[in-house]
This record gives sequence, C-alpha cells and structure tokens, in this order.
Amino acid sequence: MGDMIVSELGQAWSEFARAFAHLLPRLLAVLIIAVVGWVIAYLIKIGLRSVLRLVKFDRLSERAGASRLLNTAALPSPSEVLSQLVFWIVWLSIGLAGVSFLGIPVLQQDIASILRFLPRLLVALVMLFLGLLAANFFARAALLAAVNSDLPSPHVLSDVVKVLIVVLTISMTFEELGLAEKTILIAFSLVFGSLMLGLAIAFGLGGRDLARQFLERRFSEDRARPRPEDHLSPL
Amino acid sequence: MADEDILSDDLLRQLMSVGETDILVGIHTHNNAKTIGRVVQAVREGLLKHFPRERVAILNVDGGSQDGTTDLVRAAAISDVGDATPFYALRTLHCISSQYDSVPSAGKAMHIVVAASDLLRVKACAIVAPESFEIQPDWMNRLLRPIYGEHYDFVAPVYSRQRFDGMLVTNLMYPMTRAVYGKPIREPRPGEFAFSDRLVSDLVGHELWNQDAGRLGPEVCFTVSALADDARIFQTFLGPKGHVDQGPADLVPALRQTVAPLFWSMEATFDWWNTIGVLQALPSDGPEYEVSMDPVHVDLTRLHQMFTSGVTDLQDVLRSIVSASTLAQLQSAATNEGNNFQYTDELWVKVVYEFAASYHRSVINRDHIIQALAPLYRGRAYAFLTENLKASKDELAMHIESLCQTFERQKPYLLELWTAQERGS
Repeated sequence: MGDMIVSELGQAWSEFARAFAHLLPRLLAVLIIAVVGWVIAYLIKIGLRSVLRLVKFDRLSERAGASRLLNTAALPSPSEVLSQLVFWIVWLSIGLAGVSFLGIPVLQQDIASILRFLPRLLVALVMLFLGLLAANFFARAALLAAVNSDLPSPHVLSDVVKVLIVVLTISMTFEELGLAEKTILIAFSLVFGSLMLGLAIAFGLGGRDLARQFLERRFSEDRARPRPEDHLSPL
Repeated sequence: MADEDILSDDLLRQLMSVGETDILVGIHTHNNAKTIGRVVQAVREGLLKHFPRERVAILNVDGGSQDGTTDLVRAAAISDVGDATPFYALRTLHCISSQYDSVPSAGKAMHIVVAASDLLRVKACAIVAPESFEIQPDWMNRLLRPIYGEHYDFVAPVYSRQRFDGMLVTNLMYPMTRAVYGKPIREPRPGEFAFSDRLVSDLVGHELWNQDAGRLGPEVCFTVSALADDARIFQTFLGPKGHVDQGPADLVPALRQTVAPLFWSMEATFDWWNTIGVLQALPSDGPEYEVSMDPVHVDLTRLHQMFTSGVTDLQDVLRSIVSASTLAQLQSAATNEGNNFQYTDELWVKVVYEFAASYHRSVINRDHIIQALAPLYRGRAYAFLTENLKASKDELAMHIESLCQTFERQKPYLLELWTAQERGS
C-alpha cells in the first residue's frame, strides 16, 4: 500500500516535472516574445510620434477642437494619445500571439477571439474620436450661425446639435464593437425620436408666433423690404 | 486647375477668333438682369469713345444666371451705340459671353478673365462689377488709361460714398491694408479695377485660385498681390458707388470676401510686409476721400444688442481667438450703451490684429474665426456711428485718419503675435 502511494506520487511528480519541462521553454519563448514585442511597439510609438509631429498633427487637432476635448478629459496631446494607443495595441497583439504558443486550448480560443476583436476596437475608438470632433465642430458652427443670424437661444441649438452627433457616434461605436446592439439601437431611436417630438411640440406650441413671423418674413413681400439698419452696407 | 483647363472649349474658340487684343474688360455676372444692360452699354460706350483705335473686347463670364442676364449682355453689346452717341468703332468691338458649369464663384470668374487676358496677350484688363448702376462711360478711361498710356500696373478706384456706407472698408480693410503694406489703398476690395499684362503673368498661375480666399475674395488677393509685388499703383476717382443691398445677414459673406482673403494674403506676403515701416503716398487723379452727407437710417439699438449677445454667447469661441485682456475689455464694453459705450480705436485694432494672428495660427477652423468677428465688427460699427452721427465730412475724415494711425502704431504688436509661434512662445 505504502509502496503504491510512493510509486503514484513519484509518477505524478515525474509527470508534473515532464509537463513543467515541456512548458518552461514555451514560457521563456512567451517572455522573449513579450520583450521583443515591447521593443517593436516602442519603436513604432517613437516613429509614429515623430511622423505626427512632422505633419503637425497636434495643430490640426487643435483646429478641429480635439485638443480642447482631450484637455477637458485631462489627457495629453492628441499625438501622444494616438502613439500610446498604437503602442498598447501592438504590444498586446504580439503578447497575446505569444501566449497562444503555450498550447493551452482554452486560452488559445480566447486569445483568438481577443485578437479578432482588436481591429474592431481600434476602428471603434477612431470612430468615437472623429465623432466627438465632428460634434464639437458642428456645434460651434451652429452657434456661430445662430448668433450671426440673431436667432434666440443659440446655445440651445448648438447643444442640440452636439448631443445628436454624440448620441449618434456612441451608438455607431457600440454597434462596431458588437455590444448590446439592439439596446443601443432602441435607446438611440428613443432619444432621437423623443428629441424631435419634443422640438416639434415646443416649436408648435411655444413658438407659434415665432413660426408665424418666420414664415411671414420668409414668404411675404415684407422680406424684400429692408429693415432700417439694412440701409448701411458693410462694403 | 491648370490655366488652360479653366477656359472651356467654346470660350477658347471664341477667344481664338478674336485674336490678340489690347484691352479686355471682364464682367462677372450672376442674375444681374436689373443692372447689367446699363453696365454693358456704359462699358461699350466708354471703350468706343476713349479707345477707338485699340483692339478691344468685352468678356462676360456668367455663373449660371436664370433671369436672362446673358441675353441682356448680348442685346446691350450689339445695340447701336451710335444712335445715342457720336462715337463709332474703327475696329470691331468683340463681346464674348461664356457660362461656366459650376456654382457661382467670383474667384473662378476672375481666373477665367486672367487666363483669357494671358491668352489674348492684352496690355490692359479692367474688371467691372455688374451691379454698378452708377457706372459712367468715362470710368473706362479712368481705369484703363493709366495702364495703357502711363504704364501703371494696377489701378484701384476711389468712390464717393454715403458717409457711413462701407464701414467694413473704412474701419478695417483700408486702415489695416495701409498699416500692413504701407500704401493707402482706399478700396482694397474694389468693385472696379484694372491691371497690366505684368500682373496678369504674375497671377495666371498663382496658388490663390485654389484657395478659399481666392475663390471668395479674388479682388482683395489682386490688390495685395499688386502691393506685395511692388507694382506701380494708381488710384482713380470714379464717382458715386451704387448702393449694394447688404444688411446684417450679409455681414458674414462680406467678411469672407474681404477679411479672410486679406488675412490669407498676409501669410504669403509676410516676408514683404514685416519690413515695411514708412507710409508711401500713391498717385491719384481726384479726391481720395469723398462722402455725401445724406441722412442715415440705422437701428443702433439692434446693432448694440447683436454685439452684446454676440460677446456673451461666443465667449468660449472668443477665448480661443483673442487674449484674456482683450476679451475682458470686450465684455466690459458690452455692458454699456450710448455715451458710456467704450469701444476705443485701440481696442478695435487689438481685436483685429489678434484675429489675424489667430487666423494665421489656425487656432480653430479658419471660417469660424471669420464668423466670430461679425459681432465684434457690429460693436465697432455701433461705436463709430454713435461717435460720428453729428460729425462733419472733415471730422469724419479726421477720425478715419486717426484710426489708420492707431493701426500703424500697433503694427509691432501684430508682428509680435504673428511671429510668436515661430519663436515657440
């Protein structure tokens, strides 16, 4: 009985030692891949940062309003954010590819699905970034147009434009990621629909006079008659 | 777009049938049926009267008029001027009409006229605005003679205006151009002007045609090119300028056509203007400042209200364009009205220079910078009107001269702002 236990223990130990000996070089290979991956990702980051500085990416982002968004979120400059993002994606991809060398079937499946997900994550992040830029740009354009046309509550108009684009961007981002597609679609439809309905009711009930005046100005003969200040041409 | 591509096959055929020409008059039209007949007739009469021996052509470039403008041009061009006047052509006066197949664009039309001038090897080319219903046949002589007979390169007009008409010109375009380029061009955005073959060869392949500034305000780019090219410039008095129906809603397009091209042109010509310090007088053939003292109808309250609401609503946008101290002064100005309103020349010049530098640095979208200037201009217009409502013609001229001097005095501030980024500050 004792001999049997000792023999079984010895067998288990030798199997463990064999498995460990089998795994150790692979573990070492993973570590080497991770280190090499880090070096590659770091070099790519440095290269990308130099290229972005060369093409004055930060200045372009500043013009588009991205820098202000990042400042608000206490993030570094756009070129820094982008190069960091690329660094992590490259390193993570190489690292995960290395982990699959360990030969653990369950892990391999998970890693494969993560690797498949990474490009979508990158696209979704780019979409989110561009969408927020667009929201900022069009909100400012709406604000300027409303102020220069002497429309009432220009900030409300600007905010509505911003919210609509942000909501649209978020729903598109989630759709790209494949997360709660239906929920997001329904939520977007509800937000958009209720916003439009709210605006229609507000304009119809609250702004009847305004609507009448606007339509009169637009289509009646009064439109051709200049107001007093129209007598002065800026040019 | 290559210069040969800007001319359509049909226009090219017409130009080739005309052949080499001494004088070309370009008219860009788009739904100008109300005034174009009168304009073409005056141009034709002026050319027949003053240039009977020269090879002359009129080129109408139309942006797709729907009101029969092109028919009116053709009718006016073939009508027998001899019936009304004693002038007869010794040569055929050609009238070419061409429509370009895109949205109306002053830049594209001007590019076509310049390319046609280059192709026909014209010695002098004049541009006439289609809405200039006050045009006289004599304008052709005043615009073209200095170039054709006296070898000037650029002839800019001086108009007689209603005293508060064109405040964007008198309060920004004229003083700023004068301060930056050191030459007192009264109308930096002329409706009518003329230029020589030398300027044509400089401008025909210019990059301005591919830029928004060139597309929207080619006249300003022309003027600045002449200034920066050290061209021989002459100013000619044309008389009253017809009223252009531009009200508050049209202020933003007006800024896009004038201020944006000026700011853009300043970038390309920085090496030229940053060294200019002394004001050089320009030769002219008439009064340099002429205004009529007709009564004005202005809603000052609305002007002030649009300035106040603009400063309040655009606070965040303005913060990224002007300095904190300038914004604070604007906000302070927005709280007062009437006699207490404080929008000094110094503040206005500071605002304009800071906008120019922000445009240069593209701190936000450039068109947004131009749009954000509109309420601040309204504030300036309100201040100028309240200060000068009872001013005489001489007092008005004095106030404008004083503003020009403020622009000149503060030019080092503009240079400092302009070069701040290059210095890394």
